[in-house]
Amino acid sequence: MCSPFCRANTRFAPTLFFLFLSNLTKEHPVDKDLILLGHGSGGRLSHQLLDELIIPTLSGIPTAGQNDAAILYHDGRRLAFTTDSYVVDPIFFPGGNIGHLAINGTVNDLAMVGAQPIAISVGLIMEEGFSRSELAEILRSMREAADQAGVVIAAGDTKVVPRGKADRIFINTSGIGFFRHELEIGGANARMGDKILINGTIGDHGVAVMSKREGLELGTDILSDCAPLNGLVESLLEEGSAIHVLRDPTRGGVATTLKEIAIQSNVSITLDEASLPLKGAVRGVCAVLGLDPLYVANEGKVLALVAPELAERVLKRMKDHPLGRDAAIIGEVTEGVGGKVRMVTLVGGTRAVEMLAGEQLPRIC
Amino acid sequence: MNGAFLEEFRNRELVQGLAKQIVRLAEGRETPLTFMEVCGTHTMSIYQYGIRSLLPDGVRLISGPGCPVCVTPVGYVDKAVAYARQPNTIIATFGDMLRVPGSSSSLMQERARGADIRIVYSPLDALALAGKDPEKRVIFLGVGFETTAPTIAGTILSAASRGRDNFFVLAAHKTIPIPMSILSDDPELAIDGYLCPAHVSTIIGAEAYRFLAEEHKVPCVVTGFEPADILQGVEMLVRQVVEGRSTVENQYRRFVLPEGNTKAKELLSRVFVPSDAAWRGLGVIPGSGLAIAPEFARFDAEKVLPVTVEEPREPEGCCCGEVLKGKIAPINCPLFGTACTPEQPVGACMVSSEGSCAAAYKYGQ
Amino acid sequence: MQITSRDGESIIAEIDGVSREASLMMLGEEVQVGDYVLIHAGFAISRLDEEEALETLALMRECLELSQSPT
Repeated sequence: MCSPFCRANTRFAPTLFFLFLSNLTKEHPVDKDLILLGHGSGGRLSHQLLDELIIPTLSGIPTAGQNDAAILYHDGRRLAFTTDSYVVDPIFFPGGNIGHLAINGTVNDLAMVGAQPIAISVGLIMEEGFSRSELAEILRSMREAADQAGVVIAAGDTKVVPRGKADRIFINTSGIGFFRHELEIGGANARMGDKILINGTIGDHGVAVMSKREGLELGTDILSDCAPLNGLVESLLEEGSAIHVLRDPTRGGVATTLKEIAIQSNVSITLDEASLPLKGAVRGVCAVLGLDPLYVANEGKVLALVAPELAERVLKRMKDHPLGRDAAIIGEVTEGVGGKVRMVTLVGGTRAVEMLAGEQLPRIC
Repeated sequence: MNGAFLEEFRNRELVQGLAKQIVRLAEGRETPLTFMEVCGTHTMSIYQYGIRSLLPDGVRLISGPGCPVCVTPVGYVDKAVAYARQPNTIIATFGDMLRVPGSSSSLMQERARGADIRIVYSPLDALALAGKDPEKRVIFLGVGFETTAPTIAGTILSAASRGRDNFFVLAAHKTIPIPMSILSDDPELAIDGYLCPAHVSTIIGAEAYRFLAEEHKVPCVVTGFEPADILQGVEMLVRQVVEGRSTVENQYRRFVLPEGNTKAKELLSRVFVPSDAAWRGLGVIPGSGLAIAPEFARFDAEKVLPVTVEEPREPEGCCCGEVLKGKIAPINCPLFGTACTPEQPVGACMVSSEGSCAAAYKYGQ
Repeated sequence: MQITSRDGESIIAEIDGVSREASLMMLGEEVQVGDYVLIHAGFAISRLDEEEALETLALMRECLELSQSPT
């Protein structure tokens, strides 16, 4: 999921966070020396940390150039490279586990820049006392996911830290991919008039995880939508240069992702709430938990910004694919101030869609 | 009767039709109309559905002190913090109170320091804690309006019948009609009408607002919180103004009776007595609070459990008071979005999920 | 939310496929499975009057018709 630094993955265990906070009073503004949970959430604070500290120190690539994977050039060949760390809690959730996420997430980041994923590396950090049989199941899931995506797990590392120093298991995956075409797909490519498509219902993953966490009783089971999207993306790319932007709305949800694109491309986006594919049960759980589905993480969804004249064809390609049956056109790039996202609500009113400052849902992926 | 008809109250066509009628009714007026809502659910619904964008320029909706957490004064938080620091004490509270800043600390910070603070969804859960841990004192933070107060009344009665001697309530319940009368008399605000609360009205009944309409000459419409309800409520208010009437009308008749919920009101009068109450931003309002009746004084934390607090200090620059009175919009507070954000709130209006500032921050202005 | 089951003073109510428990402690009127209630912080606070609901909707539809006719 992470290009050089487009999404921060810094996180601290909640207890540490609160201990740091205990030294604060209203006379001292929040201690700028503290890393907060919000810095790892993918929202406003994350972006600040990236822009102010991480990127300038490590690399210097401006934020405007950030995509889901880095594109490197070597000897005239284009190569995509990405990394991501997985700290989801609980590690087993309806529809999947941390292993599925770890492979699919990185496969998807490569797919989002238009690359064909080739190989993945796996870094395991486990807490002493973690269950070996749970590890076995997670590893099987990773193999299953890799096979489904057509990638090979080529390298890895395993570390164990003492009890209490990590929460059961954290996984890092890195991935490389090659390009079979010359298309430039990226967050800065959105243009006036582009239609915005999504391949299915929103909020499923976040709600599946939160339902398990909160122990909610549901009439129907909501499953995480965790899936590898490279096959679907390959099909979309056959429409060639009509595909301007691809991005998977993971942490921070559709709202945050579209806001990032609006800023990167300096365009104005209008969403149509009535067109958003949303399962009734997901809507219900969000209402109970006080969540807004627009900000809830997805792990098997891709947002595509495409040239308007070919939008229907792209939509058809999505619907023809098993992962795109509920695909829909949910908005477009419109006239207006760059960087702004607004939504026409269910009843025809309009409201702004902002980026959240920090955590709506901690440890969702 | 299936649940689908409830969806009708979010029907786009109905909402658009009501909006058009409002435009027609309000046409040609020289001065704009200002209507105030005093219900956290209304605040959120208005933002979420973009209701203001459907109203003509001549009809303004402003938010009043409808969020119980937001109107809880700093001194109350200081008392809760002081209790939290005492040994063998469990503080049980609704989630929103956790991050409200007191003079020098908040409950969240105290939890980081090791205080036993539990979030409960219902006051009965707090009573259950007292049952599970008879060695500890459980102090429930009783914050809320007339919708919540009866639930605490019921819980106190339950505590009494079980002979619990380790359950206490730090009562800060408030009633909404009297502050409404004070605000309606404020010439600076020039309120032309009230959208009366949804949930509170199910308890106190539509007739509770009659004195406002007849003595204070302010049109009142008891309104539901779905978008069509709100639009219809506004339409009825505009109609009253245009026709020169000032009365109480009930738009939410499907859930609100003229006399309200008799059983809940009985619970209230058994366990509580009217008292003076301190409101953040509005000061002390006589008769606007509910104190625990002498018969149940043994459950009243303030009477039975000694605690010392210093003189409460309002945070500097915080404009919660003016926002709560409806005098300024959140964006006009100099701290809004800079020093005061949901992550690092200075005042209560930014903390609560029903607060005007939190809503304005999330949904844009 | 719609009541799907009742056990004395306790009910299970459901909306959009999500079920929650709630107490009837605050409700004086009789309710039965199938009724709709407003729930607040774990308590049922009011029962839906379906006739009133339909009347409210009818008024809204009238407004819609009026709005579609020329002034």
